[in-house]
Amino acid sequence: MTPGMTPRMTKSQKAAAAMFLLLALVSLTGIGGDRASLQNREAIAAPPSVQFPLGTDDLGRDRLARLMEGTRVSILLAPAAALLSTLLAAAIGGAAGYIGGRIDRIVVTVADLFLSLPWLLLLLAVRALLPLNTSPMASVMLTFLLLGCLGWANPGRMLRAAARTAAGSDYVLHARASGIGGWRLFWRMVVPNLFPILLAQFWIAVPIYVLSEANLGLLGLGVSEPLSSLGSLLRELTNYASLSRNPVALAPVAVLVTIASCLHLLVNKEQTRSC
Amino acid sequence: MHALVKHLRRALLTLFLGGLLGATFLRFSPGWGTDERDLDPRLSSESRKAARAEYDSERNVLLYYLRYLKQALTGDLGVSRSFNRPVAELLRERLPETARSLAFGAAVGMLTGLALAIANAYAGWRLLDLSASLLGGLSLSIPAGLVALLCFWLRAPVSWAIALAVFPHIYRYAAQILKGAYDAGHVLAARAGGQSEPRILAAHVLLPSAPELLALAAVAVTVAFGAAVPIEVICDSPGIGQLAWKAALARDLPLLVGITLLITVMTVTATTLADLATKGGRA
Repeated sequence: MTPGMTPRMTKSQKAAAAMFLLLALVSLTGIGGDRASLQNREAIAAPPSVQFPLGTDDLGRDRLARLMEGTRVSILLAPAAALLSTLLAAAIGGAAGYIGGRIDRIVVTVADLFLSLPWLLLLLAVRALLPLNTSPMASVMLTFLLLGCLGWANPGRMLRAAARTAAGSDYVLHARASGIGGWRLFWRMVVPNLFPILLAQFWIAVPIYVLSEANLGLLGLGVSEPLSSLGSLLRELTNYASLSRNPVALAPVAVLVTIASCLHLLVNKEQTRSC
Repeated sequence: MHALVKHLRRALLTLFLGGLLGATFLRFSPGWGTDERDLDPRLSSESRKAARAEYDSERNVLLYYLRYLKQALTGDLGVSRSFNRPVAELLRERLPETARSLAFGAAVGMLTGLALAIANAYAGWRLLDLSASLLGGLSLSIPAGLVALLCFWLRAPVSWAIALAVFPHIYRYAAQILKGAYDAGHVLAARAGGQSEPRILAAHVLLPSAPELLALAAVAVTVAFGAAVPIEVICDSPGIGQLAWKAALARDLPLLVGITLLITVMTVTATTLADLATKGGRA
C-alpha cells in the first residue's frame, strides 16, 4: 500500500464490518448478564415466547441470554488469542528474519515442526487433560491461551520472510550507512514495515480461533458449563429430536457463520492491503 | 539426489522432534498424572496410589520418548491404558477407515476446488466466481464439526464432510495461483501473439503453475487430517480421529503419542512429496 493512501473498503466489506460491529456491540452490552446460567425449572425446553425469545434449553436456561454470553466470550477471547499469536509471530519470526543465519534456520525448522503437528489433536488432548476441578473461567482462558500459543508458526513464517526482505532493502542499507544499527534499526526501520502483515495475520487468525473453539465445543472439550461459548452452544445440535422440536436452537449457527463470514470478508481486504 | 537426501533428513528430524514435542506438550499439560479414578469414592487409597503409579514411567518425558522410539522401531508402540490393548493393533484396526475417507475426501475436495478455480480463471464468468466464492466462504465459516453434523443428518458418508472441509482451502489458494499466472507478462505476450485461450490456459498458465498446484495436495492432506477428528467423532466413524478423541478423554498418553506420531508421519510425507514435486517441476 502506498503510504498516505486511504484504504478503500468495498460495499460488501463495509456491510461485513457493520454487521460484525453490531453483533459485537449487542453481545458486549451485557444483555443476558446473570440470566445465562439461571435455571427456570417451570420452563424446561420451552418454545420461543415473549419472556424467552429463543426459548429455553433442556435445563431451563434462557437460550438468548446464553447466546449473548457465548458470542461475548468468542468475540472477546478469539481476538485476544489472535493478538497473542501475532505478537509471538512478530517476536520470533520478525527477529529471526532480521538476524538471519543460524537463528533464522532454527526458527524456520521449529515453525515447520509446528506446522506439521496435528494441532487440533494436541489441543484436544491438552484440553482433555486439564484437571477435573478446573473452573469454567480458567478452562475458557486456557482454551484460548492454548490457541494463541499454538498458532504462531504460520504468521511467524510470513513475518520472517517480510523481515528478511526489509532487512535486505535499500532503505535499511541506507540507514545502516548512516550509522543506525542493531535493534534500533530493527524497531525504526523493519518493524513499521511489518505492521500491515501483522494486521492481516491478526484478522486471519480471529475467525480460525472462533471456529477452532467451536469445534472443541462441539466435541465437549471447549468452555466448561455453566459458562457458554458459541462452540458449547452448538452441542445442543447433536440432539436431533430436540432440534426438530425447536429449530430456534440453530440460532448459534447463524451467529457463528455471520461472525466468521464477516471476518473472512474483512480478511480479504486486509490481505490485499498487506501485499 | 542431494535434494532428496536433504528433504528426507529434514523430514526425519521433523518427525523425531514432532513426536518429542507432542509427548512433552502432553506430559506438561496441567492435568497430567490425574484421572477420574482419583475422584472415585469406591476406590481405596491403595488403589488410587496404584492408579497414580501407572504414570511413573512417563514422568521423565525424554527418557519415556527415547524408550518409546526404541520400541517403536520394533513395531511395539506400547499398550493403550484405556483400551488395554496394543496401540499398534488399535491403529492398524482404525487406519483403513480413516485412510479411505481421507483419500476420497481430500481427492474430491482438491479436484472440485481445482476445477472450479480453473473454470473461473478461464471463463471469468462473474456468476461462477460469485457462486464459488460464496460456497467457499460459507464452507470456511462453518466449523468442521458442524459440516459433519450436516452430513450426519443427511446420512452422507464421512468422506463428503471431509471433501467439504478441504474444498474451500484448495479453491482459495488455486484461484490466487491462477490469477497470478494469468497476470504474468508472458500471458499478455501470448495473447498479443494471437494464441488461442485454451492454448494460453494449457501452455502458459497451467503448465508453469503445475508445481504450485501440485503442492496443494499437501494442504489438502493437512486440512483433511485436521477436519477428521471432529468429523469422525460426530459421525461416529470408527477411525483414527475418533480414537484420538477417546484417547484424549481417557488421558491415554501412550495412545495419544502413537496417534500424534502417525499423523505427523503422514503430514510430513505429504509435505515432503509436495515439496519434491514442486522443486522437480521447477527444475
